[in-house]
Formats: sequence, structure tokens, C-alpha cells
Amino acid sequence: MNVQLDDYRDIVGIEALDHLRQLSRHLEGLRVVHVNSTRAGGGVAEILHRLIPLKQQLGIDASWEIVTGEADFYQCTKGFHNALQGYQISLAENLLGAYEQANARSAEALRDKLADADVVFIHDPQPAPLLGHFAERKGKWIWRCHIDVSHPYRPVWQYLRNHVAPYDASIFSLAAFAQTLPHNQYLISPSIDPLTEKNMDLDETEIAGTCRELGIDPERPIMLQVSRYDRFKDPLGVLEAYRLVKPFSPELQLVLAGGGADDDPEGAAVYDEVQRAAGDHPDIHLLLLPSDAHRKINALQRASTILLQKSIREGFGLTVTEGLWKGKAVIGGDTGGIRSQIVNYHTGFLVSTPEGAAMRTRYLLNHPERRKEMGQTGHEFVREQFLVIRHLREYLTLMLAVVRGEEGRIELD
Amino acid sequence: MEENSQGDEANNPRETFAIKDSALIAIATGRRAHDLREFRDHLFAVEPDSIYYHFWGHLLRPNFESPDFNNDFAVWAKHALHDLTLAERLGVLDPTDFENLDALRAAVIDIVEERIDECENLPYARRGDSFHFIRGQLVIFDTLSRAECPEDLVDLVPRLSLGSVFYHIIEARYRKPRRLNDFAVWIRDRGERYEALEKELEGIDPYFISLQSLRTRVADTLRKHLGEGGAK
Repeated sequence: MNVQLDDYRDIVGIEALDHLRQLSRHLEGLRVVHVNSTRAGGGVAEILHRLIPLKQQLGIDASWEIVTGEADFYQCTKGFHNALQGYQISLAENLLGAYEQANARSAEALRDKLADADVVFIHDPQPAPLLGHFAERKGKWIWRCHIDVSHPYRPVWQYLRNHVAPYDASIFSLAAFAQTLPHNQYLISPSIDPLTEKNMDLDETEIAGTCRELGIDPERPIMLQVSRYDRFKDPLGVLEAYRLVKPFSPELQLVLAGGGADDDPEGAAVYDEVQRAAGDHPDIHLLLLPSDAHRKINALQRASTILLQKSIREGFGLTVTEGLWKGKAVIGGDTGGIRSQIVNYHTGFLVSTPEGAAMRTRYLLNHPERRKEMGQTGHEFVREQFLVIRHLREYLTLMLAVVRGEEGRIELD
Repeated sequence: MEENSQGDEANNPRETFAIKDSALIAIATGRRAHDLREFRDHLFAVEPDSIYYHFWGHLLRPNFESPDFNNDFAVWAKHALHDLTLAERLGVLDPTDFENLDALRAAVIDIVEERIDECENLPYARRGDSFHFIRGQLVIFDTLSRAECPEDLVDLVPRLSLGSVFYHIIEARYRKPRRLNDFAVWIRDRGERYEALEKELEGIDPYFISLQSLRTRVADTLRKHLGEGGAK
């Protein structure tokens, strides 16, 4: 979909767009490269799919590259993902070797693009060692961390820190994730795009049709969690919460909808675990959707009565943002970025246990007016705070700050 | 933010009024407090930018916390420490009452130390509710939009971005003498007939209202004194 900046006018207002254009006048022609490890699956890829074209429309020479590796590279980076979010996982030397070799190969493949770029954004741990291969780099390099590193497993963080510390700046989603690093750590929340298939308005016929196509009854209440099959998303906890609610709401259906990401080798194993726990219950629907099933996810979120994101660790939780944007109260794990979106009693409820999730689900099922009121508040909250236009503005501001290399107040000509 | 910094030459009373815009970005300082003693110690050491951010930054983000507490310190005292006494004492502080950020910092420290003396058992925040000191970096840029005379502002002000409102009213208080806003300063010395308008603009209190409301109040004040059509 070829979305133009002006298409956001009715959603964010003309002033916000003018503001972006004024800011970007000072960045015209800047060569900016983003690097991550997948073009499909997960929030980072979704954000980049939209941020890159919008930056281009603002006159910035923005592009997107990926690093790739063999199976042991992905096994290693999944280990990073788990360890940085608190699991005590030590990474074997051979895996770290594969990680570093994959980055060395990618560095050579990307040398022409990265060496001369004015600003390089490296997303998450997968491509972090790239910087070490560009001693003669021209531009500023920024490490963008999308995961919850508030309580990392220290040996793994110490290893990664050696790769990250030489960057010119880093970006975290929350202040609680910031680490001891010798450079500025900027705070930028991720965002959703209201104009993508994932978030655009859908008519009721399509919503009901999607449900039927997936074997779900659109006439009965639905409890939904959309996420990858990942232990940090606690799908087993969601199943338990559903089982606690079901006796009080016999009509309630549970849908766990997710797919895999190219860089996540654990998804299939977690899916198998969840499938075993769910058994053959006719009202529990475990969906494995392809990474481009955005419209289906959108329809499911809009069809749902109760949305959950019961993570036990969460960098940000874009599925929470998506749910709030669709006017739904969301029940989320009291962790990471979910806490910055779910404001207890205003936009949903924060919970720590399956029991808590069950209790709040029962409350919301029994209070449709409260559900609606919270949903409206959540929608406005996202409009002001978590849409791609705000995200873009903060990226532009950050680029101006790092390119100018000044502290405090920066006055442009 | 740098106090009394220069850079507003375009708003000299004899010149046109240059509409500027600003974008604020947050930077983690790495300083975090779990209880009042740690909080006090960080307050002594943190950069002035951080004091500024925690008193004014809420204007640039939506806020569901109690509207009676307009700074991050008071909100933390209430929601993380559950110390309503401290929250009320911090919440009543109006940063516009202080000559500069160091004076404001001293007032905050004084209140916190007083509370430390009063408490037999210091309240502490649970894991995950620590206070994280953040500082702001402000980028200011020219919109190329100009007012030739005060009447031009009648049309311009309602269309200002919130970043412009922040720059010309909030940020201006740290650049101008007597903590004035840019509009009041520019209109001063432009003749007797603007005297009442200038006084009313000077009197606008920016602390307890949102930037949207602030924009509306300035626009209403301009319209009241200069008429609907402004320059037209």
C-alpha cells in the first residue's frame, strides 16, 4: 500500500504533519540505513516497513538492510533474546562464534551501504557486532533495543555490552531498560500505523466472515491473545485464565493467534506445548497464521470481547497498542512496555497471574459500558502517543541531535 | 534546558515575530531511586535539564495521573511511595515561582529532606516502580512563518503546533526576563493600544493546563483585544 504522509491528516491533524516537514528540512538528503535480521514477522519489521517510506517522502535517503545467518546464528540470537529478558542461559562458544561470523559476513556484504551512511540504526542484538567491522565509518551509529532489558542475565549482557558500548547512542523503549553505557540513551516508544491492513477500519461483514473462516463463532464472546508462540508471552497462563473464566461464561471462546518470525527458532516447540495443554477443547482455537495475515489479525481483534497480552516480559507490546487503537480495553501483564500503555482502570487492567487475568476478564464481561469507556480512552491515548507520526518525529529529532553532536538545547538555523 | 540562553533575536520587539517550533526528546540519565534518600541524593547531582523535564515534560505527553499533581516527582510520591503528604507538598510547587532551575531544585530537596526527617520508616517503591531520572534535549527550528504586527497573531496562534506553543510560552520563561512568554515580550513597546493585551498575555499561567488549552487561551486573548479578523 503506497501511503502518503498527507493520508494521516485526518487522524493526527495538519499541524503534526507540518511539524514533521519543518523538522525534516534540516535532514534532506541524509543517508540513513536501518539494519535488522528479518523483513517479516514481529513488531520491528512492521515498524520499518512503514518508517522507511515515510522518511523517504520527507527527503531522507533511507534504506533497510538485513543480516542473515545459518541455524546456529538464530539459535544464538534467540538465546540473547531470552537471556536479556532474564532467563539464565549461557551461550556456548560455538554459538557465539557463529553469531560473530555471521555478522562478519554481513559486514562485508553491506560494506558499501554502511561505510558511507550518515546515520545507521542497528536494531536489537542480532546485528550489534556490525559496528566493530567499520573502524573507518563516516556516520553516527545508533543501537536500537526493542526488548525488555530491565533485568538481563548479566554474563550475556556483559558480552553484548562490549559490542554496544562503542555506538554513538542507543535507544530504549523505556527508562527502566536503560543500562550503564558511555553514550546518550534516548527513550523512544514504538508505534503502530493506523493506515495499514493491521489497523485500518474494517466493516462488520468482513470481521464476521473472517471469524467464520477461522472456525470461530462471531456471535459468541471471544477472548483473544495475538502473539508469537513465545514463553515470554505466557500462552499457558492465558489458557489457565480461560479455564478459570469458562465456568462463569460458558459461551466464551479462546483464540490464541500467532505465527513465527524468521529469526525465532523456538516458536514450533512452544506451539506444541500449548497444543498439548489445550487438548481438543472445541472452544479453544490455536491459530498459526502467516506473518502477512494482517487483515485477519485486525478482524480478530475487532471481533473480540476481551483482548489479552499476558506477557511476563515485554519490550513494548504492539499488540496492546493495536487493541487499544481498536477501542478495546486490554488486560496485560504488569511488565515492560505494557505498563506504559495500560493505565490501570483507564485503558485496561494490569495483572500478574492467570488468576488476575481471569478476574479482570470476568469483570469486563459483566460491565460492557466500562469496557466501552476504557476502549475509547485507550483509542485517544494511542492517537496522541503511539502512532507512527510521533515515532517519526522522535527519530527525526534524535537524528538532528546526533548529527549535530550537541547537548541540551539545539537551535537550528 | 540551558537557562537564560540566547537565540531569540528574531523576536526583538522591533522585528517581525518569527514563529519557531520545538521537538523534545527524552534521554535516560541512568539515575534511579527506590526510596527518599536515594531520591534526594540524585536530586543534588542530576543535570538541570532533568529538573526541567520532570516539571514541564508532562505537557508534551498524555497523562492519566491525578491532574492535581503536575510534576513527575509528586506523581511518583503518590503512586509509587504512597506518600500523599509528600505528594501534596511537591505538587504545590509551581516552577514559574522560581528564578531558575537550581532554585527550584533546592526547593524540591528541602521538601524531601523535611519528609525524611519526619518519617520513622521511609517509604520505598516496589521493584518496577523506581523513579527514573530523565532529561530532555530540545531541538528548535524556524517554521519560516512570520507575524508583521500583533494582529497577524490572531490567525497564526490557533494553528500553532504544540511544539511552538511549548517553545514560545514554556521554554521562553527560561530565556526572558521576569519569566515572560515570547508573545507578551514582542507586543510590549508596540504602542499604548496593546498595553492591556500585553498585561493579559503576561498573566497567563501555563502550569496547570495542557498545551492545547494554553494555545486556546492565548488565541482567545488575542481575539478579545484585536478582534476576529486580526490584521484583516
